Amino acid sequence: MDLNQLKIKSLEYRKTILDIIYKSGAGHTGGSLSCIDILNVLYNKVLDINPKNFNEKDRNHYIHSKGHSVEALYTVLCDQGFFSRKDLEKLNHFNSHFIGHPTRKILGIEHNTGALGHGLSVAVGLALSKKIDQKTNKVFSLLGDGELSEGSVWEACTTASKYHLDNLIVIIDRNDLQITGNTEEVNPIEPIDKKFEAFGFETISTNGNNISELLDVFKEIPIQKNKPTVIIAKTTKGSGVSFIENQINWHHKVPSEDEYRRAISELNEKLKSYE
Amino acid sequence: MNKIGKPNLEIFSETLLSEAKKNKDIIVVTSDSRGSGKLVPFGKELPDQIIEVGIAEQNLVGVSSGLAAGGKIVFGVSPASFLTARSLEQIKNDVAYSDRNVSLIGISAGISYGQLGSTHHSIHDFATLRAINNMTIVAPADNFEASQAIKQSISYDHPLYIRYGKKPMMDIHPPGTEFKIGKSIVVKKGEDLTIVATGETLQRAYLASEILKESNIHCSIISMHTIKPFDKKTFIEFSKNSKVILTVEEHSTFGGLGECCANLIAQNNINVKLKILGIPDEYMINGSQADVLDHYNMSPEKIAEISKDLLNK
Repeated sequence: MDLNQLKIKSLEYRKTILDIIYKSGAGHTGGSLSCIDILNVLYNKVLDINPKNFNEKDRNHYIHSKGHSVEALYTVLCDQGFFSRKDLEKLNHFNSHFIGHPTRKILGIEHNTGALGHGLSVAVGLALSKKIDQKTNKVFSLLGDGELSEGSVWEACTTASKYHLDNLIVIIDRNDLQITGNTEEVNPIEPIDKKFEAFGFETISTNGNNISELLDVFKEIPIQKNKPTVIIAKTTKGSGVSFIENQINWHHKVPSEDEYRRAISELNEKLKSYE
Repeated sequence: MNKIGKPNLEIFSETLLSEAKKNKDIIVVTSDSRGSGKLVPFGKELPDQIIEVGIAEQNLVGVSSGLAAGGKIVFGVSPASFLTARSLEQIKNDVAYSDRNVSLIGISAGISYGQLGSTHHSIHDFATLRAINNMTIVAPADNFEASQAIKQSISYDHPLYIRYGKKPMMDIHPPGTEFKIGKSIVVKKGEDLTIVATGETLQRAYLASEILKESNIHCSIISMHTIKPFDKKTFIEFSKNSKVILTVEEHSTFGGLGECCANLIAQNNINVKLKILGIPDEYMINGSQADVLDHYNMSPEKIAEISKDLLNK
């Protein structure tokens, strides 16, 4: 899959995210749009996780620690063939496993997340199991920036560093916003890079909404042997739709019919440039 | 007279070491707790099968879940007080809800840490974990139960919590006794009353029954080692055929064994007198485990006296 194809996928994925949130009447629009390019590159170019190998032990793993952005994950997993679009249309229906946070009831999802600050410890445990088994598989985990206020994240970092988990790749979706406002106003978390470095990580920053830059970064991992990696992916909350970008009220706002049509129309315009 | 055995905690660590030598997939995770968990020999003999996360109980549970996701048979070992309170959300989400093959071992459980105070007591663990779906809760009474619980936990593919105390325990069960997680053990049968005990208070209930025997009062004694899933069948059967049910637990009287029994009696319309012995809702008295249990009416003599009162004898 070449760069253009990936860019087209990102636009199509955004349409799907908006579509399923609009039709189901709930979802985390802003955060799903900020991390979708990261998930696009991970699932199409990096992870090599698919419905055929998902139940095998020796493969890479992905833990979606910022569980609320599940619509982005569902969208990408659907495209990878883990389930059909018809299944995904059951999002938020009564008795559906497609709910507002990931669960293992859905093929392709590794771990039940939703409460923040949990995924990294689980990813550390998985990465440790690979080291114990002398496997070269990698474990990836995506965390939100607001999530970094959770103390358990930093507990997990100490273990990742102690056991030299260079098979652990942490990605921070640095979109600057959390439900109350700007992260630096709610509870400052900067300097993120220096904090992770102090905890024994190698850090690298990139534009998390730029496919080309993401591809380059993932080619470099692990940055250093014997050390866990953190990728600080600078993103825009609501990325890709002009009137949703950087708007705090779009954290979990559902588009109205008019907003939905405008958003889809804007994305269709962008898609035309690839025709 | 029954023989006094080892502390259940020692039996736990010896059994686990012996099983782990046979199975490389068994991994122990500790939070600076290998000394308290009697796991120093384990660490020396099987250094590749022990993960130390430091004093970070939330991380201990999350890492345990991840190791289980990677196919390991995991034992997360930490003092029961911290494990089941500080890490409660990790137990709920990363172990129970995610249905991981993790055995959480609450060491120095109940009021084993006696004089160290309420920060170190776990008189809440049954109550908190009972309300979490998909959790199994086991409190072994004697060395036999302690060892069996670990052996069975290895092939038990679901979330499990086992609590262990640190004082030597009297051997209660004769050779050939069957132990199965979820199935209580009828220690003895008697027609006058039924005493249901869990964990280390079984010893006290047993000794009380010996005192009562001298007054020609005959007790049934049930070891309810599994708090969840509860052996409803055996309990209901004994409740229907007893004049009095007395429950004994090293736990708050809220949300533990006693309330579980009260629930079953009420919902099954059983006409039986019930008395719950446990730790009341108050600022707890300080002292050794034995002295505190005695203070809260759980000495064998007091259990016998209360039993007589209940029987109006």
